[in-house]
Amino acid sequence: MTLLELFWTFFKIGLFTFGGGYAMLPLIQSEVIAHGWATTEEIVDFIAISESTPGPFAINISTFIGRTVGGIPGAFCSTFGVVLPSFLVILIVSHFFSKFKESKAVKGAMTGLRPAVVGLIASALLSVGMKVFIPSESLIAAFKEGFNRSTLNIFTEVLPLIISITLFIVSAVLAFKKKHPIMIICLSAVVGIITGYALGL
Amino acid sequence: MNKQLELFLTFAKIGAFTLGGGYAMIPLIQREVAENKKWITDKDLLDVIAIAESTPGPIAINAATFIGNRVAGVSGAICATLGVVLPSFLVILAISYVFEAFKHIKAVEYAFWGIRAGVTALILKAFFTMFKQCRKDWLSILLMVLAFACVVFFKINAIFVILTCAVIGIISFQLRRTKE
Repeated sequence: MTLLELFWTFFKIGLFTFGGGYAMLPLIQSEVIAHGWATTEEIVDFIAISESTPGPFAINISTFIGRTVGGIPGAFCSTFGVVLPSFLVILIVSHFFSKFKESKAVKGAMTGLRPAVVGLIASALLSVGMKVFIPSESLIAAFKEGFNRSTLNIFTEVLPLIISITLFIVSAVLAFKKKHPIMIICLSAVVGIITGYALGL
Repeated sequence: MNKQLELFLTFAKIGAFTLGGGYAMIPLIQREVAENKKWITDKDLLDVIAIAESTPGPIAINAATFIGNRVAGVSGAICATLGVVLPSFLVILAISYVFEAFKHIKAVEYAFWGIRAGVTALILKAFFTMFKQCRKDWLSILLMVLAFACVVFFKINAIFVILTCAVIGIISFQLRRTKE
């Protein structure tokens, strides 16, 4: 049953992902996280792994989630599921290739799809950002009380937040300067390890 | 060597040697498939990319299926697609066991704490790239905002949002044409 569910879920994700890679994120969120197969943090961690390993994100994430949920048969089912829609669609399309290229319905659908994907990625970005940077409850409480020092631990609550926001800004600048994602991931890992040990998180 | 095996091996090589996937794969596909094997021309490859943009799924799968089918029919398509998928499948399978064993080590936890901030920046970059490529007429902007609001505020399923926007796109395209 789980195997069939893995196949079907990833089939849907494969069928409705336009633009590849990060365009999958909103679908992963509404399908995989909703199933309780992974948390947002785990997905974000996995993006880093996927950027540093060969192959498309779609294959990587479906293999990984499939394996964690249903072992090797699970990995097989979810990967097969994510690949099948594009495989079938391309097989069909290649038979009337020129018609497809000129098709008004396809062009029309794309004029609606592209902005939708942009909006959906923005929503994925927001929910990831909320999970990654959300301050702890005691920090929010302390903020409301006007930073009563007795309720707040600077080293385990305030500094980590400042460091991770700074790291985010630096990473964003590097990403926009077209630095390789792996370089950004390595840099943030090093900063994470140093911060973790230095502050004793 | 028979065509099927050749397709499988060529695409396995492409799958194994592109980090990150997506458009990073195009140059390698171009070199292996167009220059070395001469299975398709550079112009064909541009067509494949254009099709990949308006069909679902990763560009690597789309390209493998299309080229495999062109070279050796359906069995070719299966071999090429299998080839491009297999390396990442095996690598991730191995990594998933390693990751499970190591993820509770303090240093790894700290590393991923940092990595999450970095990955959030990568998502931001992806958002800006796609935003730049998108048309910015009033309908596009409206659909962007609507799609965002539907998911964030009304918790509407992403697939439903995508389908609805595709339908709106088709209708508006037809309306614009009849007006002209």
